[in-house]
Amino acid sequence: MPSPYGPRPEAGPPGLTAKLLGFCEELRGEGVAVGTSEILDAFAALEQVRWTSREDFREALAATIAKSQEDRRLFELLFERWFFRSAEAEAIERGIDERDRRYEGGDRLDLDELREQVRQAIVEGDDGEMRDLARLAISAFGRQGEGSGVVGVDVQRIRRTLGLSAGQQPPAEDGAGELPPIDREQLNAFERHLRRELERDLIERTATLPPSRPLAELDRALPTSPTQDLAAVHRAVSQMKRRLATLGHEQRGRRRGRTVDVRRTMRASLETGGVPLRLRYRPKRPRRPEIYVLCDVSTSVTSASVFFLSVLHALHDSFRKLRSFVFIERISEVTEVFEHERDFRAIAQRISSEGGVADVSGYTDYGRVWLEFLAEISDELDPRSTVIVLGDARTNGREPHAEVFAQIAERAGRLFWLNPEPKLYWNYGDSVMAAYERHCDGAFECWTTRHLESFVNVVAGGAPASD
Amino acid sequence: MAVGSVTEVKEALAKVGYLADEPAALVSFLAQRLEKPILVEGPAGVGKTELAKALSRASDRELIRLQCYEGLDEAKALYEWNYRKQLLRIQAGGEDGWSDVHDDIFNAEFLLERPLMQAIASPEPVVLLIDEIDKTDQEFEAMLLELLSDFQITIPELGRVAATTMPIVVLTSNNSRELTEALKRRCLYLWLDYPELEREMEIVRLHAPELPEALARRLVEVVQMVRALDLKKPPSIAESIDWARTLLLMGAEDIDQETFEQSMSIIVKHRTDIELVAERVGVKLAEPLRPQA
Repeated sequence: MPSPYGPRPEAGPPGLTAKLLGFCEELRGEGVAVGTSEILDAFAALEQVRWTSREDFREALAATIAKSQEDRRLFELLFERWFFRSAEAEAIERGIDERDRRYEGGDRLDLDELREQVRQAIVEGDDGEMRDLARLAISAFGRQGEGSGVVGVDVQRIRRTLGLSAGQQPPAEDGAGELPPIDREQLNAFERHLRRELERDLIERTATLPPSRPLAELDRALPTSPTQDLAAVHRAVSQMKRRLATLGHEQRGRRRGRTVDVRRTMRASLETGGVPLRLRYRPKRPRRPEIYVLCDVSTSVTSASVFFLSVLHALHDSFRKLRSFVFIERISEVTEVFEHERDFRAIAQRISSEGGVADVSGYTDYGRVWLEFLAEISDELDPRSTVIVLGDARTNGREPHAEVFAQIAERAGRLFWLNPEPKLYWNYGDSVMAAYERHCDGAFECWTTRHLESFVNVVAGGAPASD
Repeated sequence: MAVGSVTEVKEALAKVGYLADEPAALVSFLAQRLEKPILVEGPAGVGKTELAKALSRASDRELIRLQCYEGLDEAKALYEWNYRKQLLRIQAGGEDGWSDVHDDIFNAEFLLERPLMQAIASPEPVVLLIDEIDKTDQEFEAMLLELLSDFQITIPELGRVAATTMPIVVLTSNNSRELTEALKRRCLYLWLDYPELEREMEIVRLHAPELPEALARRLVEVVQMVRALDLKKPPSIAESIDWARTLLLMGAEDIDQETFEQSMSIIVKHRTDIELVAERVGVKLAEPLRPQA
């Protein structure tokens, strides 16, 4: 199709198509939903920008492929890696080795001088300068004997030798006055350069690319910013919704008879001279909520509670019949908060300010929570209801009241426990998971969306997602 | 606005008072070249809506705005039959046959055009702004799909109305809920965040040119410091500009603790936030203005 805006910029180098498709494949592997239409858009967009400008190239790709903040983050991580690897693979293929040239001048370098220059570059945030200095630093250290062979170790070793640390700097030894503080971000940038150069060095030495690993869980992990991961949690929960919707159907139907409303029957009988010919029934009560979620928000689960709250948020989005409670020492119903607020952050704030659960000690008291929970809703629990507990089962040495928990489990149709700790830690210290686990229909470790998906799978009768 | 290159778009936007960063300019450029809608997400007050307005000014197009809210439906967004007028027509033409009347009352004359319809039917190219799309329900999003991918609307009684000119479509979202995949797939995605110090300074200086540079820098530094706190409502760019203008009116020469406390309410608007900011930032301002390089 001829463009209405004049001639197109020249097409990219051959092989770009294949590279891009490979990149999209990699993105898919990390869970970014890249559809065919996105890929087509990406190609259309690339025809409009100069592919020689790295910035434009990346932004054009990002605008058409990464469609949320979360996707965008993964995109940046992978973009760097993919094109670095591609370039290195190409270099190996063509037999390019510039090791000898790259570190020219490294042996003439004075360590103190280098240290000063690195510090300067980091404070100023000069990216190009940092990369050059990273190379020099590596070569200066290469002189003092070979590295450990493990990139991460070498990076830290070089950083320590250069005496770099984030934050306020200790006063200089020669009394030259106070050094400007080093920004953590900038220091990280320098470390990234070091890592990259060391990797490049390694690749050139061995003439092979190390195997590509999936992104570390830490890089893409959850709770740092809840809004970013809400999407994934919502996806898992909407799956769960479909699965749970088909549960307990067999028990429905006309099993429950209607009850006669005596008062209205009597009143109606006035028409027939006091003879109750027509029976009046009580209106059917509106269906009760079917899911109860109990969420621990105490300090021992701080790191996971943001995740839990986002799970709650997603549950509320999907289920109308849901009542949720948060607890520390006692429970407090927060169904209303979720119903009235749509914004996740507002919810988190309101819960912490009006939850009113932290009472005196701030320590979780599971036993008391079960007692209160049972007292509040015991007659509403029936075989149709599902209870989900989100908590670490750490009672702080208080009475666990497992028998009350058993009662709850008995009345409710199903009871699941999601524990934010790895299974390894269960029952260590004050964790009484074993006492509760016996009564659960299932207990799962759960602190990432993967675990959540796995839980959903099990609920649906499938196999847990493999790790 | 010429759309020959990204730089041209950027300059055109700057000329109408919108300093776009590289991604924003690029996406605006691509949107016009590829004729695709732009989906802009980001925190409140980073200039998402302003981008659409600037695009309309820069390209000399009319801006048609659809403000979304919960419960917005087709009748408010697309079109509605003007049934009062239809009734009048039926009453007035008493002796016409039913088929005449029927054909007559379902034509463009009796159609009330709502924003989306206006944008499609307009003979001049327009900029269509669909603001805060995340406030509507998913059903509404689904309705938009036909419009966004094919730039056309199907009206059962009339048939298909296709756009004669390509509108620039900008959708904004505050990210309060996840939009559907289908909608996202049809759009170019742009994440706008609070600007970097230098760029925000440029923006403030553009809108309050009389403000001395040192003071502008100080102001932006303070605003960014305030944003770094965990506030209910962090100050937006518009509020930095307001604050700059306020300082001009006050004739302030430096932002010291006193000036700050007097004018703080311009950028911080929650009672709890005010207390937090006064405690954390106000105190720091007691130190004298650091000499700037």
